[in-house]
Formats: sequence, structure tokens, C-alpha cells
Amino acid sequence: MAYDKFTILKSSAVPLPIENVDTDQIIPARFLKATKREGFGDNLFRDWRYNGDDTPKQDFVLNNPIYSGKILVGGRNFGSGSSREHAAWAIYDYGFRCVVSSFFADIFKGNSLNIGILPVQVSAEFLDKIFQAIEADPKAELEVNLPEQTITIVPTGEKESFDINGYKKHNMMNGFDDIDYLQAMKSEIKEFEAERIY
Amino acid sequence: MSNQASTLFDKVWDAHVVRKIEDGPDVFFIDRHFIHEVTSPVAFLGLESRNIGVMYPERTFATADHNTPTINQHLPVADPLSANQLKALETNSAKYGISHWGLGHARNGIVHVVGPENGITLPGMTIVCGDSHTSTHGAFGAIAFGIGTSEVEMVLSSQCIMQPKPKKMRVNVNGKLGKGVTPKDVTLYIISKLTTAGATGYFVEYAGDVFENMSMEGRMTVCNMSIEMGARGGMIAPDETTFAYINGREQAPKGEKWDKALAYWKTLKTDEGAVFDKEYNFDAADIEPMITYGTNPGMGQGITKAIPTSDQVEGGKSTYDKSLNYMGFHENESMLGKKIDYVFIGSCTNGRIEDFRAFASIVKGRKKADNVTAWIVPGSHIVEAQIKEEGILDILTDAGFELRQPGCSACLAMNDDKIPAGKYAVSTSNRNFEGRQGPGARTLLASPLVAAAAAVTGVVTDPRTLL
Repeated sequence: MAYDKFTILKSSAVPLPIENVDTDQIIPARFLKATKREGFGDNLFRDWRYNGDDTPKQDFVLNNPIYSGKILVGGRNFGSGSSREHAAWAIYDYGFRCVVSSFFADIFKGNSLNIGILPVQVSAEFLDKIFQAIEADPKAELEVNLPEQTITIVPTGEKESFDINGYKKHNMMNGFDDIDYLQAMKSEIKEFEAERIY
Repeated sequence: MSNQASTLFDKVWDAHVVRKIEDGPDVFFIDRHFIHEVTSPVAFLGLESRNIGVMYPERTFATADHNTPTINQHLPVADPLSANQLKALETNSAKYGISHWGLGHARNGIVHVVGPENGITLPGMTIVCGDSHTSTHGAFGAIAFGIGTSEVEMVLSSQCIMQPKPKKMRVNVNGKLGKGVTPKDVTLYIISKLTTAGATGYFVEYAGDVFENMSMEGRMTVCNMSIEMGARGGMIAPDETTFAYINGREQAPKGEKWDKALAYWKTLKTDEGAVFDKEYNFDAADIEPMITYGTNPGMGQGITKAIPTSDQVEGGKSTYDKSLNYMGFHENESMLGKKIDYVFIGSCTNGRIEDFRAFASIVKGRKKADNVTAWIVPGSHIVEAQIKEEGILDILTDAGFELRQPGCSACLAMNDDKIPAGKYAVSTSNRNFEGRQGPGARTLLASPLVAAAAAVTGVVTDPRTLL
């Protein structure tokens, strides 16, 4: 599925300073019953966001109008648990294009990159600074520069570099996905398959 | 030939790299691909929108499990959304020529139970599925891990995914396990030591005599939980126990093919002197029956211990407090004697015959506690048949328990098997996340023995007192 190209994203951010945000919180299993990729953003963080009677929980950050933006900032070990790509779809569908944390679970990170969300891993210290900047001013912007591989806290000018492999960076900047790449090497795969013992 | 000592993981990984991309992932060939109804429909839609097909349909196997009811499976599925997903799996499988074990099929069951029990899972393979507990199949010396739906589409269309090679970790457990200490306790112990993210970025090999002496069912339980400490997967070198388990299973190699496969499988072990990026050593004697008290699988401890204080655990106090608050527990409280409401035995973690034998060993001659609702869910129809053949069903019935039909059930509560808000469940499944077993449900992860002890006493009980 095609996604928006990602180069530089300058936006305010939504803070979620909780550790081990697992994929069951991002999207509970009972909302995985669709056969199409539509509307998952409505159920993003469903049980943190809504009461049992579907009224919004006022103390949850997504229900607080002073926070907005295309960047979600989460605590350490973001996205642990299930392999459900629906978690990344929900975040994308809600309107986020970048998730910042000091540590990501592997499968979530891979799923995000595959659908056009940039996971930006920063140091624990830098993550604290981001949370402090948003606390000081909920409209504080972050600038995520993919070509340069840097993230900047705009009001303070503090900057940190982040890692991404060259192949994925190229894909993200151009909106390419892996299937295009794999389709182009099918004859090589066929030769490989012919040699398999099972 | 290189003289460099290599690990089991390296041997299997390197044999499956079709192409190495500079400053990028490996193009990684997949021998076996399992699909189920929840994470595959959008992948099939992707194929249609790109107008591409399934490259090797004989390498993909479909089974319905996540969404299926565990009672009255002969009736139409009541929930229209679930029914629609199950129908999509059936239709997509038929369209592309993929083997499909749907609801009611004699070999239907949880994907990570039916793969091994039918001989589809073999040593040295690469195995993926859109489910993080695919790590289960590592028990056979396979590289097996969960993938997202974009990757399901990649495997369907090209039999490959793009995967950076993880780092390597070895976890050694040696010594003799005490009475009442099961493979589930071994894995919950390891995860409690490493924490829920302690193996993120790594692929784990389990080694040592505890695993060598373990049954295949036990090894599957251990490898299954690898993802719960963040590892992409875990594996155990195949040995005579592995070969004996596979021999004669429906889709296992036969005759000359068996001999050839066996010769290869015997090379699948870590060489002396091979180096891991990280290594841990544990003593079997330190492991007690385990139970979790929090909202991630790393928040577990010996069942006789008191709940730790926030300064005794890794991570921030606010996250810890949030977790205990959700559970309705307090620091320094004892877990023993806590009243429970539900018991769930089943799932890809503990839904195999050995797990029901263990459960029955404690409930035999006792009665289900009146305050407990118990859901006893076999991992597959084959397990269900074994439960009946071995007389376990009679033991369960005499003790006041009912057997349900196979499926993922209350492990993730996608079907009707939901633990009500605020209720406590001792569960043999794999995750105690908030709301995992139903909105507001409170999960205590444990072994089948601990589950059985809770089921007959109505409170958290050390199973060693009942053995």
C-alpha cells in the first residue's frame, strides 16, 4: 500500500510518557475484525481513551485539546507484544507520521517502517528533554529531518541524531515499499527456491 | 568452508539469505508460512490491488483460530465480523490454492499447535506467520518469528521478506528442576530476570540440560514466550527428542527423504567456541512455580514471594504504580491466598496434551472451587481427541470441569471468551497486558499446575502443596 513520502516533518507532538506501551493498548484485539484497512484510528488506544460506555476519558492525552500534532512521543519500549500491523495502521490512520521513543519493540518498528511511519529512537536523556519541552509548552514543535537523520526540539534548538538503514531511508523518502523490490527479483528467488531441501 | 565456529542461528539464517542489501536488510527466504483469519485479509487485498499472485501456494498453510468460538462450533458463527473474517480466509485460500483447515476441519486448531503436530514444522526451516508467537516453532531448531501484514503480503507474493539479521543471545539453564516446576515456570523465570524488553533486538538460543531433558511440548512453551522478553524468536538445537517427535507425523519426510533430512538436522547445533553477543546463565534450582502480579510478562516471581516495591524493579515508578493499580495489588503483599474468579488453560503457550495431563494431575479426585469459572480449551482437535482417549476428560468431568473446543479463546479474547472487568484470571496464556483477556480483565500468568491449584482452591495456591 502506498504511503506519503517522508522528508522533513515539523510539528507539535502528543506526549505519552508511559513505558512498555504494548500493542494491545494501541489497538485491543476485539477491534481487529475488519477485512479492510479502514478506520483503525477511531480505536487507537481505545481502552485508555474511552470508558466502557464509549464516553471519552478526560484525563487521557488524546482527549486533551491542548495537545495535537503528527508526532507521538512514547515512553521506553514502545510497541511491545503482538505482531498486529493494525497497531501501526491505527497510529497512521489517526494522523501520526512519526513515533519517538527511547526504545522500540522490533516487530512494531518494522511494521511502522513498512507502512510509512518513521520510528525515531532517541536517548533516554533526549526523550526527557522532549517531554519537558512539551510540558513547558504543549505547542512546542519538533523537527524530524530524515535526510539528515536528526530530530530537533525547536524552542530550545537541542538536536540529536537517529539511526535508520540506508535502504529503509531511501524507501521512506520516496514512498517505496519492499514488495516492489521483491517483485523485481523473482527470477533470483526462483533459482534459490529450486535448491531448497524442503 | 570457513573454520569459524558458528551458532545454530547463524547456520539456519545464512542458509536462507537470497541477497544481502548493502546498508539494508537481507532478502530472507521463507520455507513455511502460516496464515490465520485476522492478519491475512489485508495482505490478500494488497495482492489484488497490485494484480500479483501467490508465488508458492504449497508453502503457505491456513488455519482459523483467533476468532473462532470454543462452543457449538457446528453452528454458524454468531458474530458477523468474525464470520466475515473466517469466510475471507476460506475464500482467499481457495482462490490461491492454499491448504485451509477451517472451523470444523479435523486438523483445525491454533496455528502454533497444528503446525508441529502435523509435521509441517521441521528443523532448519524458516517459518513466519502474522502472529508474534510464531517463535513457538523454534523448539524444533527452526528460525521462526512473527511478522506484520505487509510482510504476509511479501511472503505470499515472493516467499521472501526483508529482514535485518538480529543479534545473538544464549540463555543457559542447567541443573535439576524442583517438584512442581514446569517449562512455563522456566520461561516466566527467565523473562522476570531479563525483563519484558531485555532481549529486544536479539534472537535467543536456549541451551543447557534443562532444555535437553525437556519434552517437545515443554520446549514449545519456552520458545513461544521468547517474544515476551522482546526477542524476535528463540530456538533449541534439535536432538533425538525432536526427531522422535517428528517421525511418522502426517507431513514429515518419509523413507529416503527422512534419512536425508535427518543427516542435515544432526548438523544443526552451535559449534564449540561460537560467540554470542550476550549470554545468560541460570541455575534450575533457583526456579520456583511462578506467577505474574503486573501487566507485562516480566512482572513475575516465585509464587511464595511478596510483590516487590517500585525501587526493587527496573523502570519508572509511575509506570509501576499504574500497573499495580490496574491489578488492584499493593507492594509487599503476598500472592498466595489471593482470591481468583477465572481459570483459563489453553493457548499456543500451554494448550498441548502435556499441559492437560499436568492440569489433571492436580484436579484428579478434587472438585472445582465454587467461586471459579474455568475455561479448558485444547489447542487443536488432535489434542482434544488425546484428552478424551487418555481419560483426562473423565477426570475433568468428575471434578466439575467442562472441556471446550479448540481455538485461541481467552488468550486474546477476540471471541466471546472474555474475562469480565475487574475479575482475576489465572491463565496459562502468554500476556497479562491491560485488557488482554477482556476490557478491565486482570491476568495472572502461570503454569497449568498453578492454574489447576487455583481452580480447585479458588485462591492463588502453591501447587507443590497439592502434588
